[in-house]
Amino acid sequence: MQSDERFTDATWPASPEKATLEGKNKYLGFWLFLGGETVLFASLFATYLALKDKVPNGDAALAKDLFELPLTFVATMLLLTSSLTSVYAMYHMKNNHFKQMQAWLVITVALGFAFLGLEIYEFNHYVHEYHHTFTSSAFGSAFYTLVGFHGGHVAFGLMWIISLMVRNARRGLNLYNAPKFYVASLYWHFIDVVWVFIFTVVYLMGMVG
Amino acid sequence: MSTYANKKGFGATIWDYLTTVDHKKIAILYLISGGLFFVIGGLEAMFIRIQLAIPNNDFVSAGFYNEILTMHGTTMIFLAAMPLVFAVMNAVVPLQIGARDVAFPFLNSLGFWLFFFGGIFLNLSWFLGGAPDAGWTSYASLSLHSEGHGIDFYVLGLQISGLGTLIAGINFLVTIINMRTPGMTYMRMPLFTWSTFVVSALILFAFPPLTVGLVLMMFDRMFGSNFFDVAAGGNTIIWEHLFWIFGHPEVYILILPAFGIFSEIFATFSRKRLFGYSSMVFATVLIGFLGFMVWAHHMFTTGLGPIANAIFAVATMAIAVPTGIKIFNWIFTMWGGSVKFTVPMLYAVAFIPTFTMGGVTGIMLASAPADYQYHDSYFVVAHFHYVIVGGVVLGLLAGINFYWPKMFGTMLNEKLGQITFWTFLIGFHLTFFIQHFLGLMGMPRRVFTFLDNQGLNTGNMISTVGAFLMAFGVLVMVINIIITSVKNEKVGNDPWGDGRTLEWAIPSPPPFYNFKQLPLVRGLDPYWVEKMEGKTEMTPAEPLGDIHMPNSSILPLTIAFGLFVAAFGALYNMDDKTWTLPIIIVGLLITFGSMLIRSVKDDHGYHIHKEDLMDDKDKGGKA
Repeated sequence: MQSDERFTDATWPASPEKATLEGKNKYLGFWLFLGGETVLFASLFATYLALKDKVPNGDAALAKDLFELPLTFVATMLLLTSSLTSVYAMYHMKNNHFKQMQAWLVITVALGFAFLGLEIYEFNHYVHEYHHTFTSSAFGSAFYTLVGFHGGHVAFGLMWIISLMVRNARRGLNLYNAPKFYVASLYWHFIDVVWVFIFTVVYLMGMVG
Repeated sequence: MSTYANKKGFGATIWDYLTTVDHKKIAILYLISGGLFFVIGGLEAMFIRIQLAIPNNDFVSAGFYNEILTMHGTTMIFLAAMPLVFAVMNAVVPLQIGARDVAFPFLNSLGFWLFFFGGIFLNLSWFLGGAPDAGWTSYASLSLHSEGHGIDFYVLGLQISGLGTLIAGINFLVTIINMRTPGMTYMRMPLFTWSTFVVSALILFAFPPLTVGLVLMMFDRMFGSNFFDVAAGGNTIIWEHLFWIFGHPEVYILILPAFGIFSEIFATFSRKRLFGYSSMVFATVLIGFLGFMVWAHHMFTTGLGPIANAIFAVATMAIAVPTGIKIFNWIFTMWGGSVKFTVPMLYAVAFIPTFTMGGVTGIMLASAPADYQYHDSYFVVAHFHYVIVGGVVLGLLAGINFYWPKMFGTMLNEKLGQITFWTFLIGFHLTFFIQHFLGLMGMPRRVFTFLDNQGLNTGNMISTVGAFLMAFGVLVMVINIIITSVKNEKVGNDPWGDGRTLEWAIPSPPPFYNFKQLPLVRGLDPYWVEKMEGKTEMTPAEPLGDIHMPNSSILPLTIAFGLFVAAFGALYNMDDKTWTLPIIIVGLLITFGSMLIRSVKDDHGYHIHKEDLMDDKDKGGKA
């Protein structure tokens, strides 16, 4: 089967991301990669929990002084919604509706950028209002590393989805690029799940614990 | 870009290897570079033994001793044992499961080049102001205070090569799950493929904690963070945990493939199917699982408390059970078999008592109260050399001898192989057996000299003599390789005569597409099954048709090279030099630019046409 052949709605397979051997391999390989990423973030979470509120002196800001739930709530909603819109994009991918898929991906990317903007504002706020920096304490190092690794993943995901959209803008879907869109959306969901844990462990537990 | 066309000439061959995505050629690349690093690590070992041959020796200075000791461990684990294991995996696993290549040929090449550039980067430290000197474990309390850039080379080099290992692990998992030929069920997979499968899962879950540990160390040393700086609230024990959560599975990552190789060799040269196949599979999986539960036995003296120590001690001892199952199964495989003592079989037979001795000292070390006595003494050094050299290195030597004809199409000389075997084995026991006693007598590890009149002189001298014997054995092996390569007497499909698995059903070396028609597997040891029915080749599972092959590419090399360049920028960034930031940016541009090219440029591979395959009749490759 030529993986770049054109399809009609009738010939488009039900799971285009797994219709070729290459697609199947990508699909499985990416799930396994996400397994490795899970361990990576688990290590960062463990480090953060070990170093939470570990500061050199009494003047340094602690978790309960820093975090404000309204801001992180908005950030959470933005990212959760972007995960939903990427689901819509994949729904249209599976139905061979290229235009709708691109439209939902544009919305996903826009929400991702909004989230990233809020995160930059938040970091900036901590640095200038509380002198809570990457180098000020072990707590600061652990906080910016964990949340920053997540932010880096968001930025990489945005670049990835944009490259895919631009590259395939004029040629539409085929069995060669369908798995690429699919694994990019898997990655995006993974980022979202990690954020759910960050919201819980860093922000909620930071406010109460 | 295809390698399908016949190219000739030295430059073309080099270009072919730089761009290859063929698992058999990548295996050769791993073998050559792993062998090179093995020699470097071996030279470092010789320096250590020369320095310790007599008391109060001044062959090397204390500081330089720390560097060679650190680099010996780091090189042997990350840059010699790992790539040599990957060499055998790449050469054999796709053939054993009846696949034409791995699942991700491009990533296979990327994994190699990342490892290679990481290893080169780490070793360049010798010429650029000094190597890392905080031991291969690089505990934060030591390494944060290490002068110069040695530790930075360690941190950056291992990040790059670790990424390569992770990629290779994912690749083998997907290959084994998705690419098996019809009839090759999980419980018909050869034991080496099974151990590769389990090891790849270990890699997937063990390498990310190492990466995180290295990133934290990099941030602390280069960017002023405070993870391990106690004065700013940090905690150095975090490094110990992250390192050993990786480090303990890592030793199983090394030993399980050796177990797999030995399982193949025992069955082949006893001319009997492996005893207790399913219990072997079960034991392999169980060792892999338990391997993640025991990391704190490296930290008994850290002070985690009696409860933690007790739990980890018991978990550690539990690993002896599946390992014991394996030892007995190997012995029972030989029992009643018609055993042929070829060089690989000699290694396999010698491995059993040697490794068992390492296992016994392992149980001794696992008992936490006793470990307070053994900790940081030569007893520990003796233990881990018995399991790593007596297990992994003997396994690799056996595997290289066993699979050499499959990889290169010619046999290694048996006489010279026996000389290597005996000198290496006797040298090994001379070097390390005595170290148990040196340790019990109180000789601490990692110290550059010892005093006279403490009863340590004779033992250390014996140990050094043994090391020279091992070096001689390796030298004979190199000579063996050169002589047989020059002679280059071609062998057929099944040079040992008793091959059981699919790789022995195709030519040596196999054609680049491996199987002209995918073979049908009708039982465990599929080639043996066919032989027993009087056939000489496998039954095909598909009609002759076009074969889809991947294109070769230079991009894996450039992606890895970009990180290599960026690492230099990051390394010198802490010295407040102005040129470092541009270097980092250029390096990352090369890497991400290459990734972008890979992403936007379609790569559909190419097809070998049926008609061309029919012309190739004499070349074989028929399943």
